[in-house]
Amino acid sequence: MADSPAPLFEAEHVTRVFDVSGPWLQRITSGEKRRSLRAVDDVSFSMSKGTTLSLVGESGCGKSTMARMAVGLYAPSRGKIRFEGEPLSAARADARLRRRMNMIFQDPYASLNPRWRVSRIIAEPIRAFGLLRSAREIAARVGELLLQVGLQPSDGEKFPHEFSGGQRQRISIARALSSEPEFLVCDEPTSALDVSVQAQILNLMRDLQRRLDLTYLFISHNLAVVRHMSDRLGVMYLGRVVEIGPADEVFSAPLHPYTRMLLDAIPDLSMSGRSRTPVAGEVPSPIAPPPGCTFHPRCPLANERCRHERPEYTLSGAMLVACHAVAEGRRAA
Amino acid sequence: MALLEVPLLEVPLLEVEDLSVEFPTRRGVLKALDRVSFTIETGEVLGVVGESGAGKSLTGAAIIGLLERPGRIAGGRILLSGRRIDNLPQDELRRIRGRRIGAIFQDPLTTLNPLYTVGRQLAETMQVHLGLPDAEARRRAVSWLEQVGIPAPAERVGAYPHEFSGGMRQRVVIALALCAEPELVIADEPTTALDVSIQAQIITLLRRLAREHGTAVMLITHDMGVIAETADRVAVMYAGRIVELGPVQRVIRHPAHPYTEGLMASIPTLEGRPGGRPGGRLCRLRQIEGAMPRLSAIPPGCPFSPRCPKVFARCTEVRPELMAAGETEAACWLYAPALAEAAHG
Repeated sequence: MADSPAPLFEAEHVTRVFDVSGPWLQRITSGEKRRSLRAVDDVSFSMSKGTTLSLVGESGCGKSTMARMAVGLYAPSRGKIRFEGEPLSAARADARLRRRMNMIFQDPYASLNPRWRVSRIIAEPIRAFGLLRSAREIAARVGELLLQVGLQPSDGEKFPHEFSGGQRQRISIARALSSEPEFLVCDEPTSALDVSVQAQILNLMRDLQRRLDLTYLFISHNLAVVRHMSDRLGVMYLGRVVEIGPADEVFSAPLHPYTRMLLDAIPDLSMSGRSRTPVAGEVPSPIAPPPGCTFHPRCPLANERCRHERPEYTLSGAMLVACHAVAEGRRAA
Repeated sequence: MALLEVPLLEVPLLEVEDLSVEFPTRRGVLKALDRVSFTIETGEVLGVVGESGAGKSLTGAAIIGLLERPGRIAGGRILLSGRRIDNLPQDELRRIRGRRIGAIFQDPLTTLNPLYTVGRQLAETMQVHLGLPDAEARRRAVSWLEQVGIPAPAERVGAYPHEFSGGMRQRVVIALALCAEPELVIADEPTTALDVSIQAQIITLLRRLAREHGTAVMLITHDMGVIAETADRVAVMYAGRIVELGPVQRVIRHPAHPYTEGLMASIPTLEGRPGGRPGGRLCRLRQIEGAMPRLSAIPPGCPFSPRCPKVFARCTEVRPELMAAGETEAACWLYAPALAEAAHG
C-alpha cells in the first residue's frame, strides 16, 4: 500500500444512524423508547483515481445511504470521509472541492426538473460554480456535453418529457459531468432502464471513465451489472461491508457465505437448466439486527461464536472479510 | 364424468389467435397489441419477455379480462380449452377468473386485501370457486400456507397481510392464485419487487407448485434470467408483437430474430456467455442503438427495422409474420428463404 498513490477517496469507520422513533407525543403516551436505525455500520474503504468501486447488497443494506454520505448529502454520525486527504465536511463550505464530485441518480424521471429545458438543466452546475461566464461559452459547453453523452446539441432546446428513459439518463450524466468532476457517485443508474438501454448507458459510462479518468462509486443490487463495471467490489449486508476486494476475485472465489449465497441465488442466463439451492430466510429488520454476526440466522456455517461475537475483518489474500467461519477455516458441516 | 370432459380433439389449454388491443386517444387509435398469437399447453410454463411498453402485461390482462379502459380487444380470439373466453359477459368471466385462471401480480401488497386475514382470503376464495364448506376451506388454507413455505402456518393463518414481509406476502399471493386449482396462472413480474435472494425462493416455489399441480403458467417478466430458469418456451415481444417464439434454450443460445440477438447480447452476465464470449469487465456490452418506438409512431413493415443491423428493403415495407427459423419461430424476413437470398444477392 505504501508505494501506491494516495487514494482519491477514503471512508474510515463511517457509521450513520437514523432516528426512527415514533412522534414525540406517541412516545410520551405509550412509554415507547427512542429507536434508531444503524443504516451504515463502521464501513471503511478507499478508492484510487480512475477506478470503480461497487457496493452491492439487497434493499436496506445501507448502500444508498453510503452513496449519499460519499457526496456529502448526509453527514456520517461517526467516522471520517476524506477526499484527496481533506475531510468531506469541509466540502460543504468549499465549492472547489464540491465541484469535483457529483451524483447520478436512479430515476431519470424524478431527477430532472420537468419545467426546465435540457440546456438549462445541464448548465446549472456550470453557473452555480461560476465555471464559465458568458452565455455563449456556456451554450458551447452544453452542446459539447450533449455530444459527449451521445445526444445532439439541438436537444438542449427540448424538455425532459420529450426524451425516453435512456436518453434522460444521458442528460443526467451530462449534468453530472458539467462541473468537470473527478468523482461520480452512481446510485443504481440503470435499474430503471430496459436491458438494451442499460447496455448503452453502461458502455457510455465506461467510455467516459476512460476518456475523462473518472472515479466511480457504483451502487447496485444487480451483480451482473456490477461485474461489468467494477475494479473492486464491496458486498454489504445490514449496514456492514461483509467482504471487499478485487471484483474478479470476489466473483471467482467469494469467501463470505452471504456473497456465495447472493451469487448462487441470482437467475442468470448461463444458469439455465441448473437447479439452484434457494436460500432460506430474509433480511432481518435493520432496526433490530441479530446479535453477533448479523448474517448468522441465514448462514449455513453459523455456530455459537457467530451468534454472540461480531466478526472483525480478516485479510485473506487481497480480500477483507468479516466472517468467523472464514477466519477459522470452518467449512459446511 | 371424466370421460365426458375429455375433448375430442387435442386442443391446447390456452390459444390466443391474432389478438389485437387498442387504445382510442384524442390523437387517434393506438394499437398496443398487434395480432399476437401463441398457445400454452397444459402444465407448460411459457415465458413472455420484452422491454417496458412491449405489450407483455397487456397480453396477460387481456386474457384474464382485466384490460383497463379505454383499452379494448379490437380483434382476434382467446380460447381456453377450445372455448372462447374473450367475448363472455362479465359474470361468466368472473367465474373463470380465479377458478380456471389465477393471477399473480408484481406488488403483493395491492393484491391482498389489507382488512382481511390471509386465512380468510384463502378460505373465501376456495369457498367461492370450489364450493368448499367452511371448516374444510379453513383447513386447506393452513395447508396452502404450509405448501408455500410459510413457517408456523397454523398461527400465521390469522395474520393480516401487513404482518408479513414482502417475500412472505408474495408467497401468500401464490397460494391465493393456486388454491382454487386453476389450470392456468398468469404471473406478471412476480419477483420484480423482491430482493434477489428472495426472488430465487419465489421462482423455485412457483415452478415446483406448478409442476405438482399440473398448472400451466404464463410468466411475464423483463428478466431474462428468470425466464431462463423457469420457462419451457419463451415469447419475445417488441412494440406490441411477438417477434420470436421458441424453446427457451434455443432462444437464449441461438436467437433467430435480430432483436432477440441484440437483447441477449446486451444483458450483462455473471459468468461467461452461453455462446462462449467472455463476461466481466473486459467485454463491452453489445448495445441496440435507439429505443423501442412509441405506439403512436410504429414504423411500417417490421417495427424493429429502424434499429435492425440486418435491415433490407422488404423490412420497411411489409410486416413479417412468425415463420420457422431453425428451431424457433421469428417474425423476420431473414427467414423467408427467397427473400433472404434476394437481400444478399
